[in-house]
Amino acid sequence: MTGDQDVILKLEDVSKVYSGTVAVKRANFEVRKGAVNVLVGENGAGKSTLMKIIAGVEQPTLGRILLDGEEVSFSSSGDAVSRGIGMVFQELNLFGNLTVAENIFATREITNRFRKIDRKEQERRAAEFLERLEAGIRPDMLVEDLRIGQQQLVEIAKAVSLDARILIMDEPTSALSAAEVEILFKVIADLKARGVAIVYISHRLEELIRIGDTITVLRDGRITGQAEMKDVDTQWIVRQMIGSDAKDFAKADGHVPGEEIFRAEDICLPRVTGGLAVDHVSLSLRTGEILGIYGLMGAGRSELFDCIMGRHGHSTGAIFIAGKKVHERDTTRRIRRGLALIPEDRQREGLVSILSVASNLTLASLSRFVRLFHIRGAAERQAVTQTVRELAIKVADPAQEVSSLSGGNQQKVVIGKALLTGPKVLLMDEPSRGIDVGAKADVFRTMRKLSRDGLGILFATSDLDEVMALSDRIAVMSNGKLTGMFDRAEATEAALVAASAFGHGPVPHGEQGA
Amino acid sequence: MTDIPAKAAVNSMSGGSVLLTLMKARTFIALIAVLLFFSIAAPNFLSAANLILMSKHVALNAFLAMGMTFVIITGGIDLSVGSIVGLCGMVAGYLVLNGIDLQVGYTIYFNVFEIALITLAVGILIGAVNGLLITRLNVAPFIATLGVLYVARGLALLSSDGRTFPNLVGKPELGTTGFGFLGAGRLLGLPVALWILLVVALGAAYLAKYTPLGRHIFAVGGNERAARISGVRVNMVKMFVYMFSGFCAAIVGLIISSELMASHPATGESFELNAIAAAVLGGTSMSGGRGTIGGTIVGAFVIGILSDGLVMMGVSSFWQMVIKGLVIIVAVVVDQAQRRLQSRVTLMQMAKAG
Repeated sequence: MTGDQDVILKLEDVSKVYSGTVAVKRANFEVRKGAVNVLVGENGAGKSTLMKIIAGVEQPTLGRILLDGEEVSFSSSGDAVSRGIGMVFQELNLFGNLTVAENIFATREITNRFRKIDRKEQERRAAEFLERLEAGIRPDMLVEDLRIGQQQLVEIAKAVSLDARILIMDEPTSALSAAEVEILFKVIADLKARGVAIVYISHRLEELIRIGDTITVLRDGRITGQAEMKDVDTQWIVRQMIGSDAKDFAKADGHVPGEEIFRAEDICLPRVTGGLAVDHVSLSLRTGEILGIYGLMGAGRSELFDCIMGRHGHSTGAIFIAGKKVHERDTTRRIRRGLALIPEDRQREGLVSILSVASNLTLASLSRFVRLFHIRGAAERQAVTQTVRELAIKVADPAQEVSSLSGGNQQKVVIGKALLTGPKVLLMDEPSRGIDVGAKADVFRTMRKLSRDGLGILFATSDLDEVMALSDRIAVMSNGKLTGMFDRAEATEAALVAASAFGHGPVPHGEQGA
Repeated sequence: MTDIPAKAAVNSMSGGSVLLTLMKARTFIALIAVLLFFSIAAPNFLSAANLILMSKHVALNAFLAMGMTFVIITGGIDLSVGSIVGLCGMVAGYLVLNGIDLQVGYTIYFNVFEIALITLAVGILIGAVNGLLITRLNVAPFIATLGVLYVARGLALLSSDGRTFPNLVGKPELGTTGFGFLGAGRLLGLPVALWILLVVALGAAYLAKYTPLGRHIFAVGGNERAARISGVRVNMVKMFVYMFSGFCAAIVGLIISSELMASHPATGESFELNAIAAAVLGGTSMSGGRGTIGGTIVGAFVIGILSDGLVMMGVSSFWQMVIKGLVIIVAVVVDQAQRRLQSRVTLMQMAKAG
């Protein structure tokens, strides 16, 4: 690392522990003035946590933060803002019911002598910032009327308007069009020239290489690599991100997949903001096969699963189970036809948290235990006991509320619920997200066992390791399109990464770095 | 549903668990407290005649509160029940007096049993309107049922031009006699209304505990998205709870007009608030997912006994309102405290377990 005098912010041995999980472990991180400090890592590597610590949203459990060489502690994001640290959050933090100008000046409204908000002045000043972003956004527009990309620009304008010395951008381009990305890069260059330190987080490697000055790679909460951007290439970044330490993936048992069990043809899902969230995707799956779908955030994996489950009435395309077309368009009847989804967001979509473990397990398959209209308690209890044992769910009493379980065991409950419906095809969306190593291994073992039993498994992940280790075949999605289909034998990490970035580049290939 | 975690909590009888058990039984304790208090403070309170009279009052609110409980468990609210009571009373009264004029010189008169069925169907139909507004047109339950509250009340007033249908004795030659049985009749010494309450309550409690539909009602209230993904037909569940609420309101409309042998279009005004109060007092959570029929019935008894007892003591009706309000607020505060305590006990158990 070069000149220490350039370092404006320094994290020393910072750790952050949430109830049960360690998000960041003894991280050392330096932010330099007038430079774009890039931070990369896989999902759940701890990037966002680290940034929230810098922005004062979270407080470190251990470690020191040095600002201009002097130890500081932020008790709130307001504290950090007053010390010149601004942040563009990954989730948009805007008020849809207020205008653009009101959003930009939220909590620091410009008032006149009588404490009345000076709307004119706010809009004039907001217009200045917006003009630099060349987005054609008027300051008096309501935020909810803007496209997601434009909203992201408003978020950026808001952060820029803070006159921050350190500006953190967490995936600022995830919803921007190529042209908008170009403008953002111009703004970043401008800020850099004025000596602002920028911390830039993104999944898009080519983007990072283009605008970054230094790069820091995080893996499992630890910093695994730090370098000058000019010294590194994509391969190096990927290697640092993935590491070499093997995770505990259950071994393939070498059984051969059978007949086709599931086929999706030409699935399309229009986006509210225009364009397609799922763009003419076709794929097929055989019994006993695990087909991994790799892609970055927003690639359309979850949306594809939603279409298959019939959660969007306006999606088009056809699906077939064991060669027969599925005409049913609602989730209830598609479950009966043998489809089951394990959703990505356990809390919001997977579990009814105030019900018991038992009630959650049998929620999707109650009809199995019903005689006439009466739930046969004995049959239900037996199925619950069996599932708890088979999936090794750690619970003292299935009558316990499901929210009292650890993340991994909750995930097993969601899986158990899907399996009790007797599916032929299992859709798993990020099945290992947010659960501990032991539970991950259990989940992977279960996947292997199910495929041996003849289930077809489609699983979506943004974890390269996982997709490489578990899949028989790998599909790659980017921008809603299927951009690659590999047999396990021929798949390489580089090929997957390339396919997953397809259509993301701000400029066509070949002109990069020009 | 809510008694399931109770089992787990009772296993270790630490200090927290004893308190927790007491808090869980709070509605029962409140019931016993008001009974004891009034039997000492109000003379004649414990006489058989008074108890039967009181339970008839309570029964009316209990019907509405049961329907309300299911609605609230799914995360909704039904403000229209009071108006449905009024309208259904008018429908029954109209049919007894006038029958249906077929416009071709004929008028059909129904017997009392048929009239009861038609009235119940009207109640269910209005509930279905609520349900359709909420599920198909995405109107917030509060607004949809508020609108239906006005519409139904207006229709009730229109049906008689604001007048009362008096003297619903019926005519023997038309077969319309016997309407008074529902409200004034007795079986084995107990009012018919109480027997109906018993049947409906047992049915509702069974539905909640032992049928898929009951399980789905709780799932929808606990997490609608997760329920949908699990294949629960969320819209059908919602339709059912509003239709059931309309059904309960129709029963009340029938009983009241039968008891008075007259239908008044303003009957049932503000009944919805008493029903909500009883449900909440009985442990139904306004945010959905929690509640029991048994709790709601006990809640209805606490409110009913409280107001009748206070009347017997000669407390002014203004003070009665203040006291009722305070009881409801205390009930909800205790409810919140119980949840906090419960999650603490659960966490402690988890920590001990491993």
